[in-house]
Amino acid sequence: MSVDSAQPTPTGLLGWFDKRFPVMRVWNEHLAEYYAPKNMGLWSVFGSLALLVLVIQIVSGIWLAMSYKPSATEAFASVEYIMRDVNWGWLLRYMHSTGASFFFILVYLHMFRGLMWGSYKKPRELLWIIGVVIYLAMMATAFFGYLLPWGQMSYWGAQVIVNLFAAVPGIGEDLSVWVRGDYVISDATLNRFFAFHFLIPFLLAGLVFLHIVALHRVGSTNPDGIEIKENKDENGIPKDGIPFHPYYTVKDSVAFVVFLAVFSLVMFYAPDMGGLFLEGPNFQPADPLKTPEHIAPVWYFTPYYAMLRAVPPIAGSQFPGVVVMFAAILILFLVPWLDRSPVRSIRYKGNLSKIFLAAFAVSFVVLAYLGLKPASDLYTLLSQIFTVVYFAFFLLMPIYTKLEKTKPVPERVTT
Amino acid sequence: MRTVVIAFCLLLSPLAALAAGGPGPALQDANIDLKDKASLQRGAKYFANYCMACHSLQYMRYNRMAQDLEIPDDELRENLLFGDAKPGDLMTTSMRPEDGEKWFGTAVPDLTLVTRWRSPDWLYTYLKSYYLDESRPYGVNNLVFPDVGMPHALAHLQGLQKPIIEGGHGDGAQPHVVGVELVEPGILTVEEYDSMVRDLTNYLTYVGEPYKLERRSLGLYVLLFLGLMFLLTYYMKKEFWKDVH
Repeated sequence: MSVDSAQPTPTGLLGWFDKRFPVMRVWNEHLAEYYAPKNMGLWSVFGSLALLVLVIQIVSGIWLAMSYKPSATEAFASVEYIMRDVNWGWLLRYMHSTGASFFFILVYLHMFRGLMWGSYKKPRELLWIIGVVIYLAMMATAFFGYLLPWGQMSYWGAQVIVNLFAAVPGIGEDLSVWVRGDYVISDATLNRFFAFHFLIPFLLAGLVFLHIVALHRVGSTNPDGIEIKENKDENGIPKDGIPFHPYYTVKDSVAFVVFLAVFSLVMFYAPDMGGLFLEGPNFQPADPLKTPEHIAPVWYFTPYYAMLRAVPPIAGSQFPGVVVMFAAILILFLVPWLDRSPVRSIRYKGNLSKIFLAAFAVSFVVLAYLGLKPASDLYTLLSQIFTVVYFAFFLLMPIYTKLEKTKPVPERVTT
Repeated sequence: MRTVVIAFCLLLSPLAALAAGGPGPALQDANIDLKDKASLQRGAKYFANYCMACHSLQYMRYNRMAQDLEIPDDELRENLLFGDAKPGDLMTTSMRPEDGEKWFGTAVPDLTLVTRWRSPDWLYTYLKSYYLDESRPYGVNNLVFPDVGMPHALAHLQGLQKPIIEGGHGDGAQPHVVGVELVEPGILTVEEYDSMVRDLTNYLTYVGEPYKLERRSLGLYVLLFLGLMFLLTYYMKKEFWKDVH
């Protein structure tokens, strides 16, 4: 292979390892000779940044677990113990709580980038699907983790979400008891949630590995949505490609530093983020006898929570709302087959696609806002309208992507 | 750097406004200063004298407080430690939760995190918003915490306030309390009482997050370091990307 002929055989310690493990091959295939489009721009950094935050979360989480007590009588106090008596404990805790919110911000931007560039289209369907599974695993981790501080919002938020399972006809009650391990959220629930919160991030890391393997099989896309592999020079190197290392490693380092600065601004100067990242009521220990006035999940779940509340109960059952909420997430799996456009990127799609994508983004943000607020008639109506807009983006996609006139796609990437 | 922080906070302030909000009377600005050690020390003294008989600070340690507030060891032992409490102990009370329920209708809350759960402004306004209300067991009610179980522990200092009631004339409009006014002065003047409540609020804000000042000063160093790293990585990126056209 050209890889072997181009590179001298390593000697010394590296040579010893390379004879026993494909050090050089992995390095070359995935970094030094992995060719990425040269025009990826700003939007391409969010995937790498999300990986950085995953590492931050796992490392800070393991250190927090060294002092945290997953017990209904000790959990709340152990978090305050970490914040006050453990050396740098406050830093670890704020890093973890800030990281949770930033993880979602980055992944939402990463997903939006995927929608803009048509990154899910053939041959990247599986890459997209693994991504959606990662998103599901993240949501599960966040949900389990949010119970652990055992504050009022932890407790009642979990109560509300687990009760959703009770809305399933027939088996609902048994199902929710099975999830909780008790008739109410209790010590048993806290213990199992802690176990899952510790386990899933490692599965998540495995999924991220698969995501990258799949990405390197099909190659990175770009804002033009054209395949750089279709234009190669005499050495078989894509003409519009540049090696990931050093070009994108140095570029991502700049992004890492800028991101860490934003992250630090929040972590050091506004860790509560005005009640968005750490909610006020969660500074009160969980009290099963005292329901807070207003229960809302953390901001990254509120778009779906707004949809849940927007759907009117049928025959007294919340089940339709639960179905709509889960459908809103699961519909992401179908995107590769809903998009019938001959072009990949939003750049060369027609106006209909642009309008629907913008409306989708707006509906997601507005629903997130509505989900944070107590329900009122106006807000419920708005939630209903934007739930329809959200689903219209997906369900009408086969129609508008087929109908609209697309622009001609260039042969080579533009800058 | 301050400007950057402020600009960033301003950018995000609409978000914070979304999250805060809610009904209730306007809160007064507590205007506290966590760097004011004298104010914090006074607050600690007031808390020990007027609050700690019932309210605990069960996640806070005496010696941590003494160290942060620069209270000498002998003064801590003499004025702030009760019973057989030791400097390394958590600041608990001997009052049992059942007693609170018997006397006030609810268990007396721990106040370590009250300013994080409510807010410093809330606490400041709350301590100034007691008014006379015959219908309540202790003869007082509170503007920002309607039907609160706690009696006005500082009444002899502040004096007594009566409610200012508005509405209730039109069709079905309920009369409601919009403000309070002093009817019988206490030992302290209004300014002295405000300043005392401010010290208490300052102290409880410190107790809610004792590492707050440390967090801010460390943040500055981290941001300075990242600023340097930015220059380094930015020019490295520029250098490497020179040959990409």
